[in-house]
Amino acid sequence: MTKQTFRTFVSALAMGASLFATQALAKSDITIAMQLEPPHLDPTSAAAQAIDSVVYTNIFEGLTRFMGDGSVVPGLAESWEISEDGTVYTFKLREGVTFHDGTTMDAEDVKFSLDRALAEDSANAQKALFAAIASVEVADPLTVTVTLSEPNGNFLFNMAWGDAVIVAPDSIDNIKTNPVGTGAFTFGEWVQGDSITLNRNPDYWGDQPALETATFKFISDPTAAFAAMMAEDVDVFDNFPAPENLPQFEADPRFQVLVGSTEGETILSTNNKQPPFDDIRVRQALAHAIDRQAIIDGAMFGYGTPIGTHFAPHNPAYVDLTGNSAYDPKKAAKLLADAGYEEGFETTLHLPPPSYARRGGEIIAAQLAEVGITAEIINVEWAQWLESVFKGKDFGLTIVSHTEPMDIGIYARPDYYFQYDSLDAQTLIETLNTTTDPEERNRLLGEMQRLIANDYVNGYLFQLAKLGVAKAGVQGLWKNAPTAAIDLTQISWSE
Amino acid sequence: MSRNLILGAVLSSLVLLAAVISFVWTPYDHAALNIPNKLQPPNARHWFGTDHFGRDTFSMIMVGARTSIAVALVAVGIGVGFGVPLGLTAAARQGSWLDEVIMRGNDLVFAFPSLVIAILITAVFGAGAINAIIAIGIFNIPVFARITRGAALSLWGREFILAARVSGKGAARISAEHILPNVANLLIVQGTIQFSLGILAEAGLSYVGLGAQPPTPSWGRMLADAQTMVSFAPHLALIPGLAIIVTVLGLNLLGDGLRDWLDPRIRVARA
Repeated sequence: MTKQTFRTFVSALAMGASLFATQALAKSDITIAMQLEPPHLDPTSAAAQAIDSVVYTNIFEGLTRFMGDGSVVPGLAESWEISEDGTVYTFKLREGVTFHDGTTMDAEDVKFSLDRALAEDSANAQKALFAAIASVEVADPLTVTVTLSEPNGNFLFNMAWGDAVIVAPDSIDNIKTNPVGTGAFTFGEWVQGDSITLNRNPDYWGDQPALETATFKFISDPTAAFAAMMAEDVDVFDNFPAPENLPQFEADPRFQVLVGSTEGETILSTNNKQPPFDDIRVRQALAHAIDRQAIIDGAMFGYGTPIGTHFAPHNPAYVDLTGNSAYDPKKAAKLLADAGYEEGFETTLHLPPPSYARRGGEIIAAQLAEVGITAEIINVEWAQWLESVFKGKDFGLTIVSHTEPMDIGIYARPDYYFQYDSLDAQTLIETLNTTTDPEERNRLLGEMQRLIANDYVNGYLFQLAKLGVAKAGVQGLWKNAPTAAIDLTQISWSE
Repeated sequence: MSRNLILGAVLSSLVLLAAVISFVWTPYDHAALNIPNKLQPPNARHWFGTDHFGRDTFSMIMVGARTSIAVALVAVGIGVGFGVPLGLTAAARQGSWLDEVIMRGNDLVFAFPSLVIAILITAVFGAGAINAIIAIGIFNIPVFARITRGAALSLWGREFILAARVSGKGAARISAEHILPNVANLLIVQGTIQFSLGILAEAGLSYVGLGAQPPTPSWGRMLADAQTMVSFAPHLALIPGLAIIVTVLGLNLLGDGLRDWLDPRIRVARA
């Protein structure tokens, strides 16, 4: 090798190295792990949170959208006007928005999407969001008029849900396997049982996201989750399933831990129609028999905020009612005796897979045993839980986290699985839905919280924490989860 | 007596002793939660430390021994109770349709991987110790049926059986009075081995959540619960793991030792 060629070789090597270095800096792909795989990819026809985690704001957008702090901002609707009486919403749509299949998104598509959700045979999991809509009319290609049957203070909030996204009429038949939306990412590939890949949409109407591709990987086992994260096989774990491992991630400079709040009220759901739980004294006894802090410490390793009613503590309308059901086993035993159960009774405790339920259930069973209640633990998978508990209402007690935002309205549905039938609650929610004044709404929400806390409908345990784990260089992750979503448009790698 | 036999007997009786004592005494209540006291390493107050709910691991291991032994014992009982009569019948009616039906039925059960079927049974009929016992027990039946038939067949040709037949005893009486006592050695050895397999199967089933349900402690579930905590509380996984190893090793050594000790040929050689 001559001196000349050696120099050329070295400089070529250096160039190659620097090229490699810049590529490494501008990392534009990310692998995000989640615990559950979505059953399909249509957020408008199923309640599964995993669907929204993948598609919300990434593939599908609605008229309005949630931001990471829970605020509702314009989405596909650029602006809107509300009539004096609060019943007519005129949405002005953004111009130049196209679906991933190239068709233009216009007022007709909005009407199609809302009518589809409203339809008699609609498969939408949250029909209540649309209940107020009387009619949807197209004024011009970029203007939609939505008329409500009565004023609804929640309407813009409702339209931000994943269940209210705008879908493309042409591709609706294949939406479950090949979702076509307007978002900044297009659907790439779904390897069943393993991962879903999304690619950047070059024709996106808004700012181009920093990421080029994103892969959602499904890891259900907590041990495997820990191993995948430690081995750096995944960049982010959206909601880490094993809280006991977080201190290790915190101590490791390779990782960051984002502890935030979710909309998940974790409750000891009680079958209000099944004796002896139809007796309020028995339900109150349950409430006093439970030591919330022990459950948070034992099951969640300290992550979680105690709640005394079905409402998120980070919401301004929250009323702290934990004192209403303070841990007091003596009082619980007395209440049971008053209700005629001096000897206690036997019931079932159905536990779905998450550790808040399985571990929390063991703790609750032990606490109930102290006041004489024998709760037989029945561990179930989610499918079984949905079938026998949620649909079949065949249970005594169960533990579950209600992760939908602002879902106190479920207490006005007597056929909901815990079967709380109270005229007061139903009237209150009705009034609430037609109230638009924020202060009055907060007052009504407070009243509702007190009502269900005083009726001891369910055992209120804690607000589920969101435990995000990510590599140190990942920016723009949502710390809290105002709705189930992994907003890829905000995520980037630091240099 | 061989060293194996002694070591096996010592280890097995240690576990049995722990299980028996747990009925009258454990250091702490095995089900009592004490969450502020959780995840303690082994120390003077808690010999095996405490788990993620602050329960005393030593007490849980003692009561867990009870669970393991009970499940394995009943499962072996089912195997012996059904398998031995089936094997004796098949041998007594050798070559008949009854023999065929029994032995092909056994082949059928043998053809399935036992733990997978056990998972199926517990998944269909619900998780719990009773269903685990039944699932493990069913797969013990063909083991005992085969071994009994095989040993019995060789006996049926012997002179003393012929003598019994000549004296007018029926097949059932011969099986009970002459065949059974002569195959008992084999059954005891096989029973010990099956017992250790039963303990392993119980641990496996409860590891995947299909064995005894909480709050009943079970070694397999203790292992499963400890999985995510291995890196900061290794004792929680090591201790139930060691308990399983000690028990299974002990029973296998015992089985080996018993076989050598009871085998007439070796006995003759020794004498």
